[in-house]
Amino acid sequence: MIEIQNLTKRFGPVTAVTSLSLTVRPGEVLGFLGPNGAGKSTTMKMATGYLAPDEGSVRICGHDIVSDTLAAQQTLGYLPEGAPAYGEMTPRGFLHFIANIRQLTGEKARTAMDRAIAGAELGAVLDQPIETLSKGFRRRVGLAQAILHDPEVLILDEPTDGLDPNQKHAVRDLIRGMARDKTIIISTHLLEEVEAICTRAVIIDQGRIVADATPAELAARAPSGRLDDVFRQLTTRDTAVAGAAA
Amino acid sequence: MRFLWPVFAREFKSYFATPLAFVFIMIFLFAMGAFTFYLGHFYDNGVADLSVFFGYHPWLYLFLVPALAMRLWAEERRSGTMELLLTLPVPLWATVLGKFLAAWAFAGLALLLTFPIWITVNYLGNPDNGVILASYVGSFLMAGAYLSIGACVSSATSNQVIAFIISVVVCFLFTISGSSLVLDMVRGWAPLALVEAVSSFSFLVHFAAITSGVIDLRDLIFFFSLIGLFLYANTLIVDWRKGG
Repeated sequence: MIEIQNLTKRFGPVTAVTSLSLTVRPGEVLGFLGPNGAGKSTTMKMATGYLAPDEGSVRICGHDIVSDTLAAQQTLGYLPEGAPAYGEMTPRGFLHFIANIRQLTGEKARTAMDRAIAGAELGAVLDQPIETLSKGFRRRVGLAQAILHDPEVLILDEPTDGLDPNQKHAVRDLIRGMARDKTIIISTHLLEEVEAICTRAVIIDQGRIVADATPAELAARAPSGRLDDVFRQLTTRDTAVAGAAA
Repeated sequence: MRFLWPVFAREFKSYFATPLAFVFIMIFLFAMGAFTFYLGHFYDNGVADLSVFFGYHPWLYLFLVPALAMRLWAEERRSGTMELLLTLPVPLWATVLGKFLAAWAFAGLALLLTFPIWITVNYLGNPDNGVILASYVGSFLMAGAYLSIGACVSSATSNQVIAFIISVVVCFLFTISGSSLVLDMVRGWAPLALVEAVSSFSFLVHFAAITSGVIDLRDLIFFFSLIGLFLYANTLIVDWRKGG
């Protein structure tokens, strides 16, 4: 369960996220959509305790991310934008580090690692330094790190970015497989992805929610019945206005 | 401890994942030897002690320790792993302390590997091994103080070169703050108490006190509180500059 209330973040004169409220329940896979710079990553950074919000609150499984940070972060798996990992480590060493830091040791750590490695299909590259891996494998290392402790809440920032169609398919299967009892937010640019795995789509633009419905309901709003037409209609107001003025 | 250990272990191992550890230790040992034997005329002195050897430590640390510390945080910031590290369920103090202790342990390892010179001096004569032990402790503490400065500066930037240069400058000021170069700048306008306060920050003075063979509680407190202060500043900077 993720409860976001009136979340606001300013960077100097720019307001990146404006009074955003959102509740995501277990079993939901929420697709977080929006043009670049709409505030998707900023919202996720606040929800995971990396950035402190200027206003508003985030609760992860009932734990406030600001006042009860560690408890919230324990129930949370997070894939940050760009899937950062320590390049000199191997996936095995890296996941081992994540397991230890999440207080998983011995048999528990082994089970968790085996499950995450199988889920992210990392078996072939376990002992190669991460910096030598392809973009797709690096993304999957980040994903394995996020799901390692079988968290109740998953926040994934562009989990399929840089993957080839087969890998995208595999990652979507993985997410769909975990969806039943978890609360999942994924951000993406790919509207087909939302239609493939999300039970709910939220479109944000300039830090505000402009649409919140199931992918099918959203798609039905456009005469063409296509989600990308709705997306463009909702998020290109500025360019439309600018175009009209010119 | 349960939070400290994984951070410490990962950081310590990372020195050995690249040629960094090897290069650093080789240069450290080579420079120690070159300074002691050529510049310090170790043999010509005809005295069986290591005061010449330890006398060069502050000046070697001045450049080598910032090189060790510069990547601690700057690298995390540049590669984006900062976001990963700070969203894992670990209290920030444990991350800061774990990283620092890993670098300090590495510096300690390099220092321990200078043991052949201790064997040499014992072979040549009968040195006061108590003084040598105290000097090693003092040198290790001083390395920790330099490292805490380097770690703190590293946390403020994503550029390792900038981290290195600023650390060297800050370390240099702390090293020589007892000398007339610094004191003359302060003496003109500041009250005597402040002048004395500035001079009391000198690493050279505290280190010299320890290498004379007396581990005075005041010198220990000086180095430990300096480390504590800079690590605290390190924590504040990381927390404050998370998003940037």
